Amino acid sequence: MITVENVHYSYGNNIEALKGISLTINDGDFIAIMGQNGAGKTTFIKHFNGLLKPSSGIVYVNNVATTKTSVAALARNVGFVFQNPDNQLFSETVEDEVAFALKNFGFDNDTIAQRVTWALDFLSLTQYRKISPFLLSGGERKRVALASVLAWDPDTLVLDEPTIGQDHEQKENLRQFVMQLQTKKKTVIMVTHDVEFVAECNPRVILMRDGKIIADGIAKDILTNSQLLEESSIVRPQIAQIFAKLSPLGLPANTIDIDEAKTMILTKAKESNRQ
Amino acid sequence: MSVIKINDLVYTYPGASKPSIDGVSLTIEKGEFVLITGPSGCGKTSLCRTFNGLVPHFYKGDLSGQIIVADQDIMGEQTFDMAKHVGLVFQNPENQLFALSVEKDVAFGLENLGISREEMRKRVDWALNLTGIYDLRERSPHEISGGQQQRVTIAAVLAMQPKIIVLDEPTSFLDPLSAERIFEVIYKLNQEQGITVILVEHRLDLTAKYTNHLVVMDKGKICFEGNPRNILCNDEISQIGVGIPKATLLYKKLKADGFDISEQTPLSSDEFANQLLKVLANDYS
Repeated sequence: MITVENVHYSYGNNIEALKGISLTINDGDFIAIMGQNGAGKTTFIKHFNGLLKPSSGIVYVNNVATTKTSVAALARNVGFVFQNPDNQLFSETVEDEVAFALKNFGFDNDTIAQRVTWALDFLSLTQYRKISPFLLSGGERKRVALASVLAWDPDTLVLDEPTIGQDHEQKENLRQFVMQLQTKKKTVIMVTHDVEFVAECNPRVILMRDGKIIADGIAKDILTNSQLLEESSIVRPQIAQIFAKLSPLGLPANTIDIDEAKTMILTKAKESNRQ
Repeated sequence: MSVIKINDLVYTYPGASKPSIDGVSLTIEKGEFVLITGPSGCGKTSLCRTFNGLVPHFYKGDLSGQIIVADQDIMGEQTFDMAKHVGLVFQNPENQLFALSVEKDVAFGLENLGISREEMRKRVDWALNLTGIYDLRERSPHEISGGQQQRVTIAAVLAMQPKIIVLDEPTSFLDPLSAERIFEVIYKLNQEQGITVILVEHRLDLTAKYTNHLVVMDKGKICFEGNPRNILCNDEISQIGVGIPKATLLYKKLKADGFDISEQTPLSSDEFANQLLKVLANDYS
């Protein structure tokens, strides 16, 4: 569990990036943090593994204040995948990269081998096992960074823009993986601009603006709230864009799921044929 | 008139066991808005790198076939000479920024074109305004966000006013509204000034509506090419792993259940909603 109590954070230049944030994240929560560039999203999530410590206020991870422990100790519980994979890749081969943290955490060699094989296979990286991560495409490097974190199986996974550079199939894999994690009561926190991905995953959405949380609720309500969307530079997902125009038919504007959309339209079509 | 003509291109990176581009022929006409898509690793980024000669001049490797861009044979030209004709914006903005300020990064390419100071000032301001980063002009490109950096790289290319702009997932770090604004700017330049645009994107939800020439690649080859409405309603496209726009997908799902709202495959939410309202309004009358 992560508890955030009235956190403020300022970078050295006295510009306040977080302006009083309070939030409780329960075990097994799946959260999307959204908001425009510069809203403080990345600054905020860096508090979950102690990379940043609050200027004032407290962040508790499993009831321990992040100021009372080390990043290394927090990392075992909170795995981080950054926006730009190049900031966290450094090994000579993909395989070494994925094994690196496992070695640091002191796993035995058999476990390391098994976890590395599993993570590479899971993220369709097995064919690149022996080559340098820097020869891979941006989307592939992002998957290497994700594999290296998944390998040590942290309780909480923090993903900064996980869908950037990923194609349709990889996004679907990621979605299914997050759903699997849900069944194991793992916590997943992602920062994302990808409204279509959020509409497909249907997580709890936390909307940030100017260093504050301006909304916290279910995806289908937040992603169809005109005022919130406008304040956060977010465009409705495409299904919601369609339903925003279907009010003459009496269909609900807060629709983001494609299968729900299909059923409602078919029902409406049958009704109109009967008349 | 064609601005890019590629014949039987096969290209293998140094040390790679199989070609990244495996027998591609492609003709792009002046003024087209071309959208290239396909799963990760399909060869679309490699193909873009041939348009200004980065492949093979910088990346080396084995290349056969012919690449003609703006009437120049790539094999005989240096990459910096091609920069006048072709502007490239890559996925990762950090790799493209190096100057001390945003403004200097945007001006950098122009300094090498030998144009007057006033013209340079005009073009830099124009590009900064168009991409919405005029207020950031004196900041260091390394202290701004990933999304802002992406706008700097786009501004730097726009300032050069090339005949051809190639953008490889140019807005991936931007929030959705900013991304849409950038696409609108690029689309406007395409429509009003006839600049040829080649855009690489996974997110067809955002971009399918701009194109009249869709290219779908898989495993180094072009597997579909042409009118996006014809291609995106083809079922094989989902098997390749191309994420078709939700409006198009909803249209296909309804059609599969026996409710065909239009002869024309919709590419955007507006098209879908208008078609549906029309059909159901007719039913009521």
